[in-house]
Order: sequence, then structure tokens, then C-alpha cells
Amino acid sequence: MKPRLDWIGAGLFAALLAVAPLFLNAYQVDVLNSIGLYALLALGLNLILGEAGLFNMGHAAFYAMGAYTAAILNTRYQIPILWTLPLSGLVAGAFALAVARPVVHLRGDYLLIVTIGVGEIVRIALVNDVFGITGGANGIFGINRPRVFGYIIRRPEDFFYLIWGCVALTIFLFLRLKRSRFGRALNYLREDATAAEGSGINTDYYKLAVFGLGAAWAGMAGTLFAAKMTIISPESFSFWESVVLFMIVILGGAGSIPGVLLAAFLVVGLPELFREFAGARMLVFGLVMMVMMVVRPQGLWPARGHQGFSLAALARAVGP
Amino acid sequence: MSAADGAIAPTESALLTLREVTKSFGGLTAVNGVSFAVGEGAVVGLIGPNGAGKTTVFNLITGNYQPNHGDIHFTGQRLNGLRTHRIIMLGIARTFQNIRLFQQLTVLENALAGCHYRMSGGILAGMLWLPTQRRVEKAAVERAVQELEFVGLGQQTLTVAKNLSYGDQRRLEIARALATQPRLLILDEPAGGMNEQETEALIGLIEQIRARGITILLIEHDMRLVMRACEKLVVLEHGGKIAEGSPEQVRSDPRVIEAYLGTEDEV
Repeated sequence: MKPRLDWIGAGLFAALLAVAPLFLNAYQVDVLNSIGLYALLALGLNLILGEAGLFNMGHAAFYAMGAYTAAILNTRYQIPILWTLPLSGLVAGAFALAVARPVVHLRGDYLLIVTIGVGEIVRIALVNDVFGITGGANGIFGINRPRVFGYIIRRPEDFFYLIWGCVALTIFLFLRLKRSRFGRALNYLREDATAAEGSGINTDYYKLAVFGLGAAWAGMAGTLFAAKMTIISPESFSFWESVVLFMIVILGGAGSIPGVLLAAFLVVGLPELFREFAGARMLVFGLVMMVMMVVRPQGLWPARGHQGFSLAALARAVGP
Repeated sequence: MSAADGAIAPTESALLTLREVTKSFGGLTAVNGVSFAVGEGAVVGLIGPNGAGKTTVFNLITGNYQPNHGDIHFTGQRLNGLRTHRIIMLGIARTFQNIRLFQQLTVLENALAGCHYRMSGGILAGMLWLPTQRRVEKAAVERAVQELEFVGLGQQTLTVAKNLSYGDQRRLEIARALATQPRLLILDEPAGGMNEQETEALIGLIEQIRARGITILLIEHDMRLVMRACEKLVVLEHGGKIAEGSPEQVRSDPRVIEAYLGTEDEV
């Protein structure tokens, strides 16, 4: 596809999305909001998993850190929820740096298992009301509605524009990051860490930096989630969430922003469309994933010039 | 294997000095008390039969392995314990025996990797695409293209690396190494897998690199290349140094002949 066609397509998609709430009911808009949140999370994970090739299946932990930071600051200290955005990002990012530092040198599958562990530790800590501030299994409720210039964001349509505005900003920033020095360093890391180090690139630094950045984004998405739900509990941040995010990135095409968006629509949106077949949902889900990995391992919408990465990376991860 | 025959003190004229360097993996001593020096501006060849420990020596120099004993100095600075990227930043660049390119990335992106550490700009500068970042990127691309043209890949900047011919992949690795602006370039079997014309072109390229004032240390099995391109050879066998000197001296050294051809009773 020509670059100009890409932009026309992206513009049409954005315009369609922008007017969508006018034609949809509250439930449907709410589904779009969920898709937006997952897209935001998956875009952050895409930096770690897609761009840098680091296997992270504990992304929900960083999401939880952000959501709980926002919720605690808001309910205990009455800090307006949207003001907590940067702090949630910082807390989640700092947490990621702390846990990633000792394990980030691990290869593929080993790192994957460690991140699963981290995700579970965070969830269980939340359930057990760690430090007496997370509200245990019940979670935290009574989070204030966000307020923008005196306007209270309450209806699904309001959240729609808040969330998708954040998605648009994220895409704008990440597209630039991708083609910058920092973004290239992540790709060098994914392609061959030894060669990257042998070209003068501090690979440990970039591994940590991308973990911190991806986690900070998850933390900020957590703030939006807390604001949207007004009540959060540990069950929203289960292992399954991490798996779904991992799937969105691999299914869409690791390292591909349009791929991640498309997969977010499919993975989050389709189950809602087929609610009546809820019983068979997981069966279909599993079958689709299997067929995809066999037939189209590079993802639905692979990044240019990166064909076959996902298969290669998966093979590396499960291989000896 | 005695180590005494090559005890070289770090000299001022030497760019790189290895002194009594030993590396063992478990029970296997891959490099045993090896000492040699590489003078500024020279082309030095490290040769020896398969399994002699040549690549291990390279990996010790660039910090991929740490020596158990001995010291490695580069321009008077001790390299022991430094991480690879720090050593590269000091002015040593290398290529790999089994080509290690960023396969899925373009030729230009590969060469830009070498420019990386001399550039500035982190997450914020990249996301916001600040004017300073734009300038830095532009300068780096110019530098990378210059190196690509130098090795003869100027027309293929947007080709994906894995689609290059074998010889071109080797040349791209050299361009990436040169883009780090090294003082010492380490080439691990640069002619490996090349045909005669490609090898011939490579000898010319090595001459040109040397003319730029870059010192070269190379491992090579192609003896024609070694004899023509190198002014000094270091011969390893079973991890120890068995000879050192000009190609003529080394060629007539009985120990070298024995190492390469075997003794009569072995046959």
C-alpha cells in the first residue's frame, strides 16, 4: 500500500470513529470504550513485545498499579482523577523498572514466565489488601467522575471521546517514536541483541527503558479505567487480561500499530457481537488463534518489512 | 604450550595489547596465555586451524567473554570487565563470523545502528520529534549513507537486509561497523562464503579502510587474502600462540606447517 493511501485510510477510519457515537446506543459506545482501553494497553505492550521483542505476559500488573494509584489518590486524598494520570504512569513505570531490573536479561520464554509471576503477585497482593489501602477483594469504590474544564465526564459518549482522544495521541506519539533513534534501538534489540550491543548500543538500558515506558502507558490507561468504572477490584486485572493483550499484539502483527488496533477491535469487539453464543466463545477464540498461528503467523496486519517476526520469535521462545 | 614466547608489555605504539590472556569454559581452555599487540595503522591477521580459539580471542577483546587471566588494553585503557557497548564506544568495531545483521530491517537501518551511540535523543525527543532530533537523525542518515557508499551498497539503502546476497551482507556488516567510527576494526572471517571476485573486492576494501587510518585485525582462512592483506600474522593452535611475524616468516615456520598439515606419523 502506498503511504498516501495509508493516510487516507487512517483519516477515514478516524472520521468514522469520531461520528460513531451519534449512531450507536449507550451499550455499543461502551463496547467501543472497552476496545479503546484495550487498544491503549496493547499499544504500550506493543513497544515491549512487538518493537523490542521482550515477552511480557504480565502487562495487567502495570495496568493495575495505575488504576489503584489513581483510585487511592482520588478516594483518600480527593485529588481529581485526571490529575493522577502522570503520577499513575510514574508509579507503574517505576514499579516496572524495579521488577524488570533483575530479570530483563532473561531470554524469551524465561522472561515470559517471570512476567506471569509478577502479574499474579500483584493481583494476589491486591486481593490481600496489601498495606491496608487496596480494599481487598472488594476493591475500591466511590471514585469521582473526571471533570474537564468544569464539565463532568459521565456518559459513555463522553468517555468515548476521552479514551479515543488518548488513543489518537498515543498513536501520534508512538509513530514518531518508532522512526526515531529510540525506536530503532528497540528493533535492533528484537532482531539481534548481540549485534546491537556489538554496534555500541546499551541493550540493558533499552530493555529497561521500554519496559518502563510500556508500563507507564498501562498505568495511565489504568487511570482512565478507574475513572470510567468508578469502582475497581482485583478481578479486573487477572492473568487473562495479560493474555488477551499479548494476543492482541501477536494477532494484529507485532510492531504494527494498525495491526494492534484491528486486533483490539476483533478480540474485544467480536465477543460482544456474538453474545448469544457466549458458551462457545472460548472455543471459537481458541480455534481462531490456532488457525491464525498456522496460516498467518506474521499477524493480520504485519508491520512493513517484519514479515514472520511473530513466528520466529515464538519459535525462539519455545525452542531450546 | 608455553606463554613465555610472546610476553609483550603494553607499548605506546600498540593500539591493542593482549597480555597472557586465558579463557576456559569449564574444563576446556579455549585460549591459553595468548599475548600479542596490534600496532596503530596495521593490518594484522589472526590465523590457525578450526577450533584454535581465534573467535574466542575476538569475543574476549569485545567483551562478549571475560578473560580468566591476563589483560587486554586498548589505547592504554584496560578493557577487562567492560561491557561490549562500552568497548565499542572506545573505538573498536567488529563483524561476526556467522553474519549478524538485523535481518528484517533495511540496509540503511542496519548502518544507522553503528551511528547510534554518537547520536543523542531519548524517548521524549523521539515522541515529540523535536527539531534537534530531526537534525540528529538527518546527520546520522548522511553518515550511514556515506559508509554504505564506501562499501558499495549506496544503491540498496532501502533493501531489507535478508534479501541481500551473501557478499553484500558481509559488506553491510562492515559498513555498520565503520559507522561507529572505530580506530580498530575487527573482522571475523570477512571472506567466508565469498566467491573469488568478491574476495578480490574485499581485499581492495580492506586497503581502502586502512587508507582511512583504521587499524584492522582479522581472522581469515583464505590464505591468499591473508598473505596479501596482512603485514603481520599471529598463529593460534589449541588456544595457544605458536607463531607471530610477517607472512613470509610465518609461512616457513615449521610449527605452523605442522599445525596446518599435520606431522607425518599422524597421517
